[in-house]
Amino acid sequence: MTRLQLIDISKQYPGVRANDRISLSVEPGQIHAVLGENGAGKSTLMKIIYGAVQPDEGRILWNGRPVAPRNPQEARALGVSMVFQHFSLFDTLTAAENVWLGLGRSLSLAQVVARIREVAGAYGLDIDPLRPVHTLSVGERQRIEIVRALLADPQLLILDEPTSVLTPQAVDKLFGTLRKLAATGCSILYISHKLDEIRALCHHCTVLRAGRVTGEVDPTRETNASLSRLMIGAEPPELRHDAPQPGEVRLAVRDLSLPRADQFGTSLSEVRLDVRAGEIVGVAGVSGNGQQELLAALSGEDPRAPRGSILLFDRDISRASPRKRRRAGLHFVPEERLGRGAVPTLSLAQNTLLTRTHTVGPLGWVRPGELRALAARLIERYGVKAAGPDAPARSLSGGNLQKFLVGREIDADPKVLIVSQPTWGVDVGASAQIRAALLALRDAGCAVLVVSEELDELFELADRLVVIAQGRLSPSMPVAQATVERVGEWMSGLWPNAAAPAEQRRTVDAHA
Amino acid sequence: MLTLEARPAPSRAMSVASPLIALAVTVVVGALLFSALGKDPVRGLQMFFYEPIKSGYALGELAVKAVPLALIALGLSLCFRSNVWNIGAEGQFIVGAIAGAGVAMTADATTGRWIVAAVLLAGMLGGLAWAGIVALLRDRFNANEILVSLMLVYVADMLLSYLVYGPWKDPKGYNFPQTITFLKATQVPRLFDGSRVNLGLPIALALVGLFWVFMFRTFAGFQQQVGGLAPLAARYAGFSSRRALWTALLVSGATAGLAGALEVAGPLGQLTPYVPVGYGFAAIIVAFVGRLHPVGVVFAAVLMSMFYIGGELAQSRLGLPKSLTGVFQGLLLFALLACDTLIHYRVRRRKAPAAAAPTSARALRAQGGA
Repeated sequence: MTRLQLIDISKQYPGVRANDRISLSVEPGQIHAVLGENGAGKSTLMKIIYGAVQPDEGRILWNGRPVAPRNPQEARALGVSMVFQHFSLFDTLTAAENVWLGLGRSLSLAQVVARIREVAGAYGLDIDPLRPVHTLSVGERQRIEIVRALLADPQLLILDEPTSVLTPQAVDKLFGTLRKLAATGCSILYISHKLDEIRALCHHCTVLRAGRVTGEVDPTRETNASLSRLMIGAEPPELRHDAPQPGEVRLAVRDLSLPRADQFGTSLSEVRLDVRAGEIVGVAGVSGNGQQELLAALSGEDPRAPRGSILLFDRDISRASPRKRRRAGLHFVPEERLGRGAVPTLSLAQNTLLTRTHTVGPLGWVRPGELRALAARLIERYGVKAAGPDAPARSLSGGNLQKFLVGREIDADPKVLIVSQPTWGVDVGASAQIRAALLALRDAGCAVLVVSEELDELFELADRLVVIAQGRLSPSMPVAQATVERVGEWMSGLWPNAAAPAEQRRTVDAHA
Repeated sequence: MLTLEARPAPSRAMSVASPLIALAVTVVVGALLFSALGKDPVRGLQMFFYEPIKSGYALGELAVKAVPLALIALGLSLCFRSNVWNIGAEGQFIVGAIAGAGVAMTADATTGRWIVAAVLLAGMLGGLAWAGIVALLRDRFNANEILVSLMLVYVADMLLSYLVYGPWKDPKGYNFPQTITFLKATQVPRLFDGSRVNLGLPIALALVGLFWVFMFRTFAGFQQQVGGLAPLAARYAGFSSRRALWTALLVSGATAGLAGALEVAGPLGQLTPYVPVGYGFAAIIVAFVGRLHPVGVVFAAVLMSMFYIGGELAQSRLGLPKSLTGVFQGLLLFALLACDTLIHYRVRRRKAPAAAAPTSARALRAQGGA
């Protein structure tokens, strides 16, 4: 009997039809991928199955019987479990205590610990239930979430973009667990936009585009190109990546050590890095390994860097304000677009004022006409879909706002550009455009530093790669010599001559 | 069933209509309140909405109360837009009044009219210094500005009492806690005969224009607001949060102090323990009802002033308690906050959920698992 069947599910949100007559069926023991770009309606569909959102139309059949879960409790009672992209764990509690919180009072903590060990053993998930969550790596935290989901003995497990926070090795491990789970008859709905993963793991794939089903395929028989056609309606444009012609060192980081600013941060230790004119250097790493701290020190948002540790054109800028650095030619596109890269409620025109102050007249006079002209130019040149220069930043989709922000900095003709997660949450078309713009900038002689958690992106963009792990930076390797395995190993802090302190080893074990 | 549904974009029409709807709600609830108190609601509402505007003299009295409210609220608007929560404008108002009075008392028979400028300037500096304490403690020790500014209100109140009961007490004042009546030369010039409206009105209106220009046409004003709207964006851009803090507090302190000086050197003419009447707190409501916008503040100040006068009239003519003024102020703010929801949401009538009740989940699960 079919485990789950969705028939003509529709959901209308103000201004957007998130799901438009979507049908989908999942068999017992099947790993079923739901593939689509950001905004294709995947999350809404999963929330409907999980009872967090009610559909406007359509029916849900669960083991052949119509159901309408009104909330996640009802869905869980049916046997649906979900692992969210963002974990909901209390840092100060142990793994077992976190799991216990989500269960009823029927079990004692000791019983929960025993159950966790049992389930974890059965599926090859190694976690220590007695460790406090704040000491765990991201991969370990995800395993707790999975164990928590499995303790409910689900018939259907939903995983939302589960690999975005994992090293390649941890991904392999997760896949092993999922295959074992499927072999016991549990169905899995696997949400992702990563084509390779879906082809490697899933038995069946439903492709969504703009709220509609555009394909039902067997992913093992498809190519990345054919899947991508279904997902975005076209093949991703090829990027021209000419050989780099590196010039002089523009940005140099010399033995930068920085104690963490808060208890959840990461301390930087002895970071060394050169970025030359005409090259793109990529920084790979699992999130939370010091990327934020490094970027804040480079951009000037964190002005605590020791003197002499950050040099721009051989001039010490380690204590300079972001505005001084910008005047010297260093521009930065942060990871958070709304609230950091742009003020959500202000118009695009006003948002240019954050980093582009040449429009400010004498005596600090703001000239609205020039602001709007600048914004209009950026909108046109970078193909930003927006109502106009007066549209508030938050009215733009993630991809369009990112195009605007990257455009705002590129248009300033930077000598050094630092970009964090350039295409995070951005659809394929806009990603390609942003990457092409960065490559063009490089060819024009700018020094570019890209920090990203997506290895594919770094392989596509960068000329050299460095890896950040536990606040330390690896030596660089040319992209031509880099492999996923090697970078993955380095992500755990295991690069040649790396002094691996005890804490690092622990994380490595956890990932192994 | 009625449900709230998020709008795709905030409604512009609603952001204009919301204060009007709020006012209408206040009127309706007010009418019910009068009926419940056994008074004629029409006459009750007349006290609040007709009597204060029925003659030139009444309009003048309206302005006398609206000017200090608008001045303080202007400064607070800038403060709140910068995400600095100065709740102690009342204290800055008092210290401004004290400083103004201190200068006014130095006048003698030969003093020229220039003393008025000195009085007002002293008032501004007094309020500025009082708010400066808040800024200093916040900047240096990260002390919460809400608590510090509020507590300084009571310190200022004590300071005022000390002066009027002690060193500044009028020797010929029959031991009443009050200073001498200031000399004629120190009086803020009145605009018309037969009305108490004085120079404060054009000063306030000029400041409205000045604040508008600063907020919306200068880079400094832009930086100030970015710090309030998105602190991370301000840090990313490299705008100084310390400068924003100091600017916000010093400016709002100065406007509150100016209001205090205008009050003692204007309608009051002497310093008494009854100088503070809550303008500093009412101005918080004025700032929000006015949408933290200089022009909006003017309308809100006039409205709030009507409530003050209406409350007094209701007290004297209808025998209603004085707290009615506070009730009306609170009602308006409450209604406005509620109506503001409609800017981002709309009310939709929704069909009742489908009649087919979901089968018991547990029962299904038992079957499915079999």
